[in-house]
Amino acid sequence: MKFLVSAVLISLISFIACLYLPWWSIAVVSLLVAIVFPQKPLWSFFAGFFALFILWTILAFIISSSNNHILAHRMSLVILKNDSPFVLMLGTGLIGALVAGFAALAGSFVRITNKASDG
Amino acid sequence: MKILSFFIASLITVFLIVLFNTNLIFPAPLGKLLSPQHGVWQNAEPVDADFNASLQIPGLKSSTRVYLDDRLVPHIFAEQDNDALFVQGYLHAKFRLWQMEFQTHAAAGRLSEVLGDSKNGRDVLNGADRLFRRLGLGYAAERALKEADKDPEVKLHMDAYTAGVNAYIKSLRLSQIPLEYKLLGYTPELWTNLKSCLLLKYMAFDLAGRENDFEATNARTIFNMEDFNALFPMVQDTLDPIIPRSTVYPKPGIVVKPPSSVDLLYLNKDRATNIVADKPDRDNGSNNWAVNGKKTISGSPILCNDPHLSLNLPALWFEMQIKTPTQNAYGISLPGAPYIIIGFNDSCAFGVTNAGRDVRDYYQVKFKDKSRQQYWYNGQWVNTEFRYERIAIKNKRDFIDTVAYTVFGPVMYDRKYNGGRVADGNEYAVRWKAHDPGNEFKTFNRLNKAKNYKDYYAAIQNYYTPGQNFAYASKRGTIAMWAQGQFPAKWKRQGDFIMPGTDSSYLWQGNIPQEENPHMVNPERNFVSSANQFPADSSYPYYLGSSFTPYRGLIINRLLNGMNNISVKNMMSMQTNNYNVFAELARPLFLKYVEAGSLNTYEQNYLSKLKEWNLRSDSKETGPTVFELAWNNLEKAVWRDDFEQTTMKTVWPDESTLLEGLLRDSLYKFADDKTTPQKESISDVFTLSFKKAVVELRKLEREGRLEWAKYKDTRINHLLGIPAFGRMHLPVGGGSHIINATKTAHGPSWRMIVHLSTRTEAYGVYPGGQSGNPGSRFYDSFVDTWAAGKYYPLFVMDEKDIKNEKIKWEMRFSNK
Repeated sequence: MKFLVSAVLISLISFIACLYLPWWSIAVVSLLVAIVFPQKPLWSFFAGFFALFILWTILAFIISSSNNHILAHRMSLVILKNDSPFVLMLGTGLIGALVAGFAALAGSFVRITNKASDG
Repeated sequence: MKILSFFIASLITVFLIVLFNTNLIFPAPLGKLLSPQHGVWQNAEPVDADFNASLQIPGLKSSTRVYLDDRLVPHIFAEQDNDALFVQGYLHAKFRLWQMEFQTHAAAGRLSEVLGDSKNGRDVLNGADRLFRRLGLGYAAERALKEADKDPEVKLHMDAYTAGVNAYIKSLRLSQIPLEYKLLGYTPELWTNLKSCLLLKYMAFDLAGRENDFEATNARTIFNMEDFNALFPMVQDTLDPIIPRSTVYPKPGIVVKPPSSVDLLYLNKDRATNIVADKPDRDNGSNNWAVNGKKTISGSPILCNDPHLSLNLPALWFEMQIKTPTQNAYGISLPGAPYIIIGFNDSCAFGVTNAGRDVRDYYQVKFKDKSRQQYWYNGQWVNTEFRYERIAIKNKRDFIDTVAYTVFGPVMYDRKYNGGRVADGNEYAVRWKAHDPGNEFKTFNRLNKAKNYKDYYAAIQNYYTPGQNFAYASKRGTIAMWAQGQFPAKWKRQGDFIMPGTDSSYLWQGNIPQEENPHMVNPERNFVSSANQFPADSSYPYYLGSSFTPYRGLIINRLLNGMNNISVKNMMSMQTNNYNVFAELARPLFLKYVEAGSLNTYEQNYLSKLKEWNLRSDSKETGPTVFELAWNNLEKAVWRDDFEQTTMKTVWPDESTLLEGLLRDSLYKFADDKTTPQKESISDVFTLSFKKAVVELRKLEREGRLEWAKYKDTRINHLLGIPAFGRMHLPVGGGSHIINATKTAHGPSWRMIVHLSTRTEAYGVYPGGQSGNPGSRFYDSFVDTWAAGKYYPLFVMDEKDIKNEKIKWEMRFSNK
C-alpha cells in the first residue's frame, strides 16, 4: 500500500514540479516522498523507478501519438542511429526512472526517529 | 540513519543527473533533451494543432488579423503597414526562429559561438567566421543599417518588424524553444534591425560574392595572355544575351581608361598566391521570363520565376500574403527581413534572377612594417584603421581577429589568415560592392506596392547589390526587364586579377549610370527573359567581367520564340523542362571523335546509350549519366595536365569555353596531354576519356545507380547537416544548363507562375514547408509536390474569403 501511494505521489508531484522547475526536480521529489513514506530500500527504489518510468514513457507516448510519431522517427535516428520511435520512448522512461529510483533509494536511508535504524 | 548508504545513493543520483544534464560524458544532455515536459518531445507538434490565437500587443496601432490556410500560409490583413510588418516579424519568428538567427549568426561570423570552432570536421572558426568577418559582412551590414535609418519609412518598417520578432521571442517559454536550440544547447537572442541587414548582406555574398581573382592570377603564371584569353574568354559564341543582340547601346556616360602601368604591373605580371578563397555556388542563379498578351491564349501577360539556390531545410523562403490599404502583395519572404521579395500584387508581378557581375576585387597592399600601422598609397604612408573582431567560441576562450582597413576595404588575406593554407606573406585588401550603402529594402517596399511601370522603375532605383535582373509584368499588359544594380564601370579585364594597391590608379573609376544598365520594355519579340547569361553582347560599352552561363538562356529563348497561344500549363511544362541543350551541342563531338573501332563491347554499349538518348535529363534516363561522366572525364583529360603545371589553386575554364573551342577548332591545342611524350589528337583525348568514363559507369550500373535521379541523388539538407532532419534521395530530374536546374543539393528554391488576368491566377511551390520545426507536419509538406514538378494554386485571399474551407485558423493581434 505504501508502495502504491508513494509511487503515485512521486508521479503526480514530479509532473507538477516539472511544470515550473527543471527536469531533475524529479530527484528532489522522489527523495522527499521516500523520506516521508519510509520503506525498505528496494521498495523505495522501485517506487521511484516505476513512478517515473510510467510517467515519462506514457507522456512521451501521448505526445508522440498526437504527432503521428513524426518527431520520434527523426529523433530516434539522431540519438539511437536507428528508426525506433518506441525504443526512444522507452529510453525516455528509463532515464527518468533511473534518476528517480536512486533518489528515492537515498531517501529510504533517511530515518527521522530517535530509534536506532534497522536493516 | 544509514549515512554511508545515503551518501552512496545520493552520489549515484547526482552522477546520473550530471550524466544526463551535460555533455561531459554523453555527446548530448539526454535528460534535458528527453524530459517530456522540457525537451524535444515538447516540439512534437500535434498533427491537429490549433493555431488560433488572440494576442494583446500594446505597441500596435490598430487590430490586425491573420488567417492561416491549410498549407499554413498566413494571410495578413492590417489597417497599417507598420502593423502588418510587426505581424510579419512575429510570424517569421513563430515559424522559423532558429533558422533566422542561425543564418544571421553565419553572416555575422558568430557560428563558433553555437557550434564551437569546428564541427563535423569542418573548420568553423577559419572557414566561416573569420572569412565573413574579414570580407566585411558585418561592416557592410552596419553601413546598410545607417543608410536605412536615413529613410523614415523604411526605418519605421524595420523597427516594427524587429518589434514583432521580439514580441514572439519574449513570449517563449524555455520548454517551447525550437528543437535546434535544445540540441546545440543555447537560447534565442533578441532581434535587431542590424540582423535584418546582415541577412541581406549574406544574400549579397551568395549572389554577388563570387570571383576567381586569385585563381586567375595563379593561372597567369602558366599561361601567356593569349592563351589565357582563349581559356577565359570575355565573350561566347553560343550566347543569346538577356538583351537581344541587335540592340543599339547609347554612348557610355562614363569612359574608363586603364592605368598606364596596366601592361607591366597587371596584365603581364607573373605572380602566384597561396590563397584558397571560399566561394558561393557557381550556379547561384535563376530563371525568369514574362510573355505579354500577344503571346498568350488569354491575352493577359504571364510572369514566371524560379530562383536557384542551395536546397535546405528549413527552407530559405516563407510564403505569405500582406494586405493593407496601400498594398495587397503575395509571394515569398525571407525570414529575418521584412517585405515580399518575389511575388505579385493586384497590379503586377515581379521576379529576379542573379545579374552576376564581378564586384569583388583584390588589391595588394604594402604595409610599412609588421605593425601594419601604415600603408603606401599615392606617394605617402597612410594610417591604417583597425577593427577588432571578437569571436566567441563555445567552451573556449574568445578569439580576437585584428582586421586592417584601408582605403580599398578590409585586408581580407594576410600573414595571419589566408583561408586555411600556408600564407605567402602578402596582404590583400578586398573591394566589395556590398560594402557600399544602398537601400535595397526600399526597393522591395516599393515593389510590393507598385501599380505600374513607373512605380516599378522608381522602386529599382535604390537597388545596388546584389545586382539582379528584375522581370516585370502588369495587368495593363507591360512587360519589362532591367539588369539592375549599381555596377562599377570597368576597363577590359579590370578586377580579373589581383591589382596593385599602392595608388589610386586601379580603383574603380565610377559606376555605370543607372539608365545605361541593360534593359528592355515591351520588346518586339513580346517576351523578356533572363537566365544568368551575359546581359548584353560585346557591343555593350562596359566590361562585364565574371563568367556567365549561356545555356539556360539559349533554351528558354528558343522555346519562347517558338511558342504562341501560351497557357499557364505551357509555362508549368516549361519551368520543369528537363531538356539538356548543352548536351545537344556537345554530344555530336563525342559521336564524331570517339573512335568506335577501338571500343570494347561494354564501351560500345555506353556509346549507344549516349547516341540514343533523347536529350532529356529525366529521372529514369541513363543517357544523362553517360553524358555527364563522359563530359567530366573529357574535361579532366583536356585541362588537368595544363592546370597542374602549378601547385597553386586555379580554376578550370567554363564548360562553354571547352565546348566552343572544340566546335571551332579541331586542332584544339589544349587537347594534347603534356604529361605524355606523344602528342595526343582530339580523337585520342575523346576516346581515352570516354573509356575512363565507362569504368565509372560500369561501377554505377553494378550499384544500380545508372539512372539519372539515382546518380544525382538530389537531397535537401538540414542547415546543420543532420540527415534525419533532411529529405534524401529525391526522384528528381534536371541539372545544370537545364531549365529545371536541380542539381544534387541546389536548384529551384521557389517556382512561381503568375497569370496577370483580371483576377490574378498564380501558382507556386518550394521544396520545404512553412514550419521550420522538424517535429511539425508542415516542416517538409511541399517537398513531394515540388519533386514531382507540381504546383499549388496560390490563394490570394479577400475579406469575403474568411469562410472559405481553405482557412483553418485565425490569429488576432490587438492593442488592448
